[in-house]
Amino acid sequence: MGIVKEMHLVEDLHNVNSKPTRDGYGEALLILGETNPKVVVMDADLAKSTRTVWFREKFPEKFIDMGIAEQDMLATAGGLALGGMIPFCSTYGVFVAGRAWDQIRTTICYGEFNVKIGGMHGGISVGPDGATHQSLEEVPLMRVLPGMTVFSPTDAIEGRKVALFAAEHIGPTYIRYGREAVPIITTEETPFNPWKAEVYRTGDDVAIIAAGTLVYEGLLAAEELAKEGIEARVINCHTIKPMDIETIVNAAKECGAIVTAEEHSVIGGLGGAVAEVICQHYPVPMRIIGIEDRFGESGEPEELMKAFGMSAENIIKNVKEVLDMKE
Amino acid sequence: MPMKYSKKELDKICIELRKDIVTMLNKAGSGHAGGSLGSVEILVSLYWNVIKHNPKNPEWEERDYFILSKGHVCPAWYAVLARRGYFSREELWTLRKFGSILQGHPHHLKTPGVEASTGSLGQGLSISNGIAMAMRFQNKPNRVYCLLGDGEVQEGAVWEAGMTAAHYKLDNICATIDRNMLQIDGITEEVMGLENLEEKWRAFNWHVINVDGHNVEELTKAYDEAMTVKGKPTMVIAKTVKGKGVSFIENQVDWHGKAPNDEEYKKAMAELEEAERRLG
Ligand SMILES: Cc1ncc(C[n+]2csc(CCOP(=O)(O)OP(=O)(O)O)c2C)c(N)n1
Repeated sequence: MGIVKEMHLVEDLHNVNSKPTRDGYGEALLILGETNPKVVVMDADLAKSTRTVWFREKFPEKFIDMGIAEQDMLATAGGLALGGMIPFCSTYGVFVAGRAWDQIRTTICYGEFNVKIGGMHGGISVGPDGATHQSLEEVPLMRVLPGMTVFSPTDAIEGRKVALFAAEHIGPTYIRYGREAVPIITTEETPFNPWKAEVYRTGDDVAIIAAGTLVYEGLLAAEELAKEGIEARVINCHTIKPMDIETIVNAAKECGAIVTAEEHSVIGGLGGAVAEVICQHYPVPMRIIGIEDRFGESGEPEELMKAFGMSAENIIKNVKEVLDMKE
Repeated sequence: MPMKYSKKELDKICIELRKDIVTMLNKAGSGHAGGSLGSVEILVSLYWNVIKHNPKNPEWEERDYFILSKGHVCPAWYAVLARRGYFSREELWTLRKFGSILQGHPHHLKTPGVEASTGSLGQGLSISNGIAMAMRFQNKPNRVYCLLGDGEVQEGAVWEAGMTAAHYKLDNICATIDRNMLQIDGITEEVMGLENLEEKWRAFNWHVINVDGHNVEELTKAYDEAMTVKGKPTMVIAKTVKGKGVSFIENQVDWHGKAPNDEEYKKAMAELEEAERRLG
């Protein structure tokens, strides 16, 4: 029981560096600018925020500023893909998954065009900008589309690995990034298999399946629970679609109870996706932690995370509830 | 560039295609008669006189691209593609049927010669821009053609694409608006006025050419002119009659999304055959 060594996570969870996951996107694009001549980067007037500005400075000829026109950006990306390029469309989750959904659906997914979408500012931790900019709904909007792959990386390092992989993967891909600096818990050595949910901590009493920055909270929660003799398995489910059914079903079989945690609406996100798997393959008691059916609001990221239950404490509370249901 | 085919040859082909279209729609029992019949000359000018393509090898590297942004008039496009040899004419009679390669709206994974999936209006010009940019990135001379409806131009995203094409000086794009003055709910100028459409596109820094959208010679000349324009995309505003060629469908709002029943089909075919005889 405990942290899985082969995952090469940081040594001490209580002494970690922090960085926004979106930095990983910007870093990956810089690498792709050197290594993949087909990659072009598009942005809709948020280049500084999406970190595509780093690419723009180095590869201005491969950067396409689309102005504040997300629908045009996504359908244009479809044409670029048809013409043989690999476009990375970059803006906030709300503006892309929401505003340009029909373009993503009909032009990109129905057409199976090889377009990559970097959706920033996922989650409540966007902070003071408030509900208009805090995207809590992208996961169901994207994962409902046939052919779409959906990632939610846990930290900046994984965020970079995901974007690098996206350039290799053929097919529409959505990557959900966050605005705030969040703990870096993986290392360069941490294995990244895009089609696998990784078990970061073993345990057989309950499984905490998390995505994004909630993986960190899940690990902290497991540490506390262990002190009370509850061994929680912690799984980083960075790939929400297609889901690694085997790892999820094994967790249900071996742990008998599941708590999911994500910085997203409780409707249709990671929790919904896990529930779809569990209820059909191996039903066990389950709890979904996320933003209850409501919009976010302004505040400092940290206070919002606490207020909205995006914390180890809330995970612990839910674990105890689900364990009561188990027996 | 001279016409590869004479006006008379093409006019005859247009009538043949109209016969195919009414037959397809009659067999399908649904589909868009008005817009399909009205856009025949535009498609014929492009596919017989203008675009570089290879029906035996739809993915030919040197082809020009055509995007049907107003996807609902695909019956006309399918008839054109069949006659040019992309697939057998027999396929036309399977339009909209389960398992057909001819979906109710164009789907490029099903139909040879179809580049992108359209039917949700307002996306095709952006797709065209993307292709044009991709050609430029790769220093390729391929050109991109796009057909839009006039009602479709009410979609805001069309104007986003209009800005993009002009901003990036995409002179490898030539779009056409099928200006038939009608949409589903009525006359465009009553539903949501578009005029002055020509001035709007000029103000968006496009090169604009007005043509009679049923004159294959004028259309071909316009597309030839577009090839000589540098630093700007070209918009051909083609004045057309929705439902052209079948008297009782012409200019009738109600014939937007309707297919001829057996009786109407016979009447339409008789009219088209008569027109063919007159052409000689
Ligand atoms: C985004 C979107 N909204 C609505 C429709 C339904 N629709 C199909 S055709 C049409 C009217 C199109 O009018 P126009 O572009 O003028 O075409 P035409 O009259 O030449 O057939 C509408 C509203 C659609 N296909 N896509």
